[in-house]
Parts: sequence; C-alpha cells; structure tokens
Amino acid sequence: MLKQLTSWLRKRGGTPPDPSAADKGFLVFQHTGEVIRAERSLQAAGFAVEVKGPPPELRTGCDMVVTFPLIMESAVRRVLEKEHLSPMSAVPVSGPLLEPVSLYRVKDYGDWFMVQAANVKITVERASGRIVNVSGGGCPDVPYLASVLTGQSIEGAEEPRVQGHTLCSYALQKAFLEARRLWRQKGDGA
Amino acid sequence: MSWLICGTVPDDSFPLCMGQWRLSGNRLEPVRMSFCETNSGQPESVPVLRGTPALVAAAVLASERLEIEAPTVLLVGDQGTSEGSVRLYGHLASWLSSPESASLSGVTFHYLFPSVDGHNRILMALEARHAPAPALIADAGFMYAAKMSGYASRYDVFTPDAGELAFLADEKAPHPFYTRGFLLSESCRADELSKLAWEHGDSARMLLVKGSVDLIMEEGREKARVTEPCLPFMEPVGGTGDLVTGLLTAFAAAGIPLLRACVLAARGARFAGERTQPVPSTSIAEFMPFVAEGVSEALSRTTHEETLCARR
Repeated sequence: MLKQLTSWLRKRGGTPPDPSAADKGFLVFQHTGEVIRAERSLQAAGFAVEVKGPPPELRTGCDMVVTFPLIMESAVRRVLEKEHLSPMSAVPVSGPLLEPVSLYRVKDYGDWFMVQAANVKITVERASGRIVNVSGGGCPDVPYLASVLTGQSIEGAEEPRVQGHTLCSYALQKAFLEARRLWRQKGDGA
Repeated sequence: MSWLICGTVPDDSFPLCMGQWRLSGNRLEPVRMSFCETNSGQPESVPVLRGTPALVAAAVLASERLEIEAPTVLLVGDQGTSEGSVRLYGHLASWLSSPESASLSGVTFHYLFPSVDGHNRILMALEARHAPAPALIADAGFMYAAKMSGYASRYDVFTPDAGELAFLADEKAPHPFYTRGFLLSESCRADELSKLAWEHGDSARMLLVKGSVDLIMEEGREKARVTEPCLPFMEPVGGTGDLVTGLLTAFAAAGIPLLRACVLAARGARFAGERTQPVPSTSIAEFMPFVAEGVSEALSRTTHEETLCARR
C-alpha cells in the first residue's frame, strides 16, 4: 500500500518526506548529564524519546541531543521543568534552524483587543480584562483550553502551558502572555 | 451513509463513537449510533462551543435546510494527549476496509492530533479501497498532518485561516508555530502564499482561505473572492472557521461541485453572521439559529455564473 502512495506521489513530482523525521524535534542541552536526565524523565513520562548525535547546525551545546515528538513540546517542557531541566533550544528535526513564531498580531476592536500568535488568537475585553474568546489552533487541546480560559480574567487565569500538551497550546501560551503584558502595560489593553 | 466527519470533543472521558447527531438548543444530541465504546451504546450530549461540535452543528443544520441526510460523525474525546485521536485513527483505518464504507462519498477531517503515522494509515486505507475515491476535506490538526506527511495534494480542499496558510506556504515548517516570520507579514498576499503552497506540493487541490476576504484557490490559481457582507467581528469569535467548514461539508454532501460549495460556504457563514450581529464576545452557539437562513440566502444570491466567472 505504501508503494501505491509513493508511486502516486512520484507521478505528482513530489518526494515523500522521511516519516520518522516529519513530526520529531531535537532538545539541545548544555551538558551531557542533562541529556541523560532528560531522556530518563521523558521516558518515564511515556514519551518516545531517543538520544542521538546532533546535526551540524546544532553543534553548540554538548555532543548529544534528545529527539522527541515535536507536537507535544508543551507537555515535554512541563516534564523537564519539574526536573529543573532547561533545554538551550527545542527545534524541528526537519529544520533545525527554524525558530518559534515571535511575531504577534494585535487587533483593536474598540472595547476589546485580540492577540494572535501563529495560528491561535485570544480576545480580551478592555474594561474588565476578561478573556471573551479563544479561536484558531488545530490540535485538540486548544478547544479544551478555550473552554477553561473563556470568561476568566487575563490577570488571574491559569497559563495555558499548565494544562496544554501541544505546539498549538504553546502558541496559545505566547498569545496569552502577550495579551497579559499588554493588559498590565496600559491597564486597559493594547 | 455518504459523508463522514472525523474529529474530537475536548473531554478525555468522551467515548469513541460513530453515528448521527441533531441540535437541541445549544447542545448536540446523539440520534443513531452504529458504534460506541460505552456500555450504554450512546454517548452523552455535547455543548456546541467551538471545534468539531461547532462544525457538526453547522453541517447538521445546513443538511436539514438542503433536505439531505445528516452526515455521519466519528467522534472521540481528546484534550490534547493524542490518546483519543490514536484510537480514532485505528478505528477509521479498519472501518475504511469494511464493506460498510463502500457508499462513502466524502470525508471531512477536523480537530485531530496531528500525527503523520496516523494520517498515513488513513490515507493508505483510503487508497486501498475497492470503491470510488471519496472527496477529502481537511481542516485544523488533520490538515497539519496532511501537509507534514507530504501528501497534501491528495486532498480536494483545505480550509486554512491566514496563519495556517503561511504554514502551508512554508515548505520547511512542520507546524504553524515554526512558520518563518517573513511569511507571516501582513504584506504577504494570500493568493501568493496559496500559489507557493501549491507549487511546493503542500496544498490541497483547492483552498478555501478564511479571513476578512475569503479566498478560493484551485491548483494555485485564484477562482473567487468573497468579501460581503463584511463582518470584522467574526474573526475573534472561536468557531467561525468551524462554521465555514461545516457548511462546506453540507454543500459538498449535497452533491454541489466543490468550487461552488466553497463559495456558498463562505457566503453562507457571512449571511448567518449578518443576522447574528456578533461582537468579539459572541459565542459560536449564537450563530446556529441563523445557519439555515444563511444557507438559503447563499443559494439564492450566488448564481452559477458567479462561480464560473471567478477570477483567473
């Protein structure tokens, strides 16, 4: 069956990506000891991780990296945090030089303002600081986090990273923090 | 059974189930289940807040208006751990090889954990069927997996928003979170990004790009733009994209050609929004009473010629 798919793709002039790399990431640490502790704690938490040699672009830390399921970056970081482990970077295997989105789009809706990070948006009422809507995201934890966050105050709500698992929830975390920063800065948002 | 919607409910305790639903107030209620993991054989009702329940609600209401059978829905609970989605992928792959799936005319994939392995299992099962190939629509997490897998052009329609379009246009990005900044700039035009995505093999045959201007593309070429009625407050409302994909599902299930179905879905959602008069704090559930009217108005105000005369 895989042959069928591959031959179909060839007809379309494409090259199938290596499925073992398409949804994996590298965790880069400063010291070898951290790599070993990270591997052990992530394995204990049920994540499929492996220790490997880094590609040339990543030879900045120690000479080993941990591969992990990239989409689960938020949950992986939570496990590492509990172990007081802080990776120098977490990057996609398919593009080790790619960086997380750092651009925010802020939209003024009069009595409300919306902050977008990557594919996720959070909207806050200026007068009260209440989160009135969360939209976008494609991973299943975003609808869950949206139901938790909607109606809460941006000042006091639990950060999405506490219960999020995926990269979408990590994007929501970034949008949330930016919305909170804007709220604190001006008292009434952007 | 002709059209299948696959997605998740944001509740880990919700069982894997397959069947039809109806809308009652702000909740979806199960009507007929052909499969359910629970002993009772029946899942609980589900609130229509956003995500797949919003898509299903819109598709059910539009199907009633179009006087067609409601789509069948394969649902599972998943709060982001991937466990529910993995069970759904496994069930769907085996169901696709059963005689029960022979009458399948289309599938809409929605909020699912983006797993390349899971995606490839489904696509292989679809390719292996001895029956006409169903139309394939993908949105949200499953669309990400389809792009990551390298098999995006096997799909008929993707329904990205602007952030997701930039991700499709970036051949290096494995997820929207890693989209390169220059593609997210507001100076990037959606038609150019759509063309890039198609050229890299990272786009479905058609794109319905949801935004302040809804753009309909086919094989990298612009086919239509929907701009009216202009409702800027629809963007912050969680679930308006799900509404569009739900309407597209119903129009496609009614046998309307996909290009026209995309135009009708974009218009239908706007007409429903015009009646809702949303503000940024509106819930998607407040749109639902107006979906049938939105569908009717889209049908009456979209001539066949309009779709055919779309830009080239």
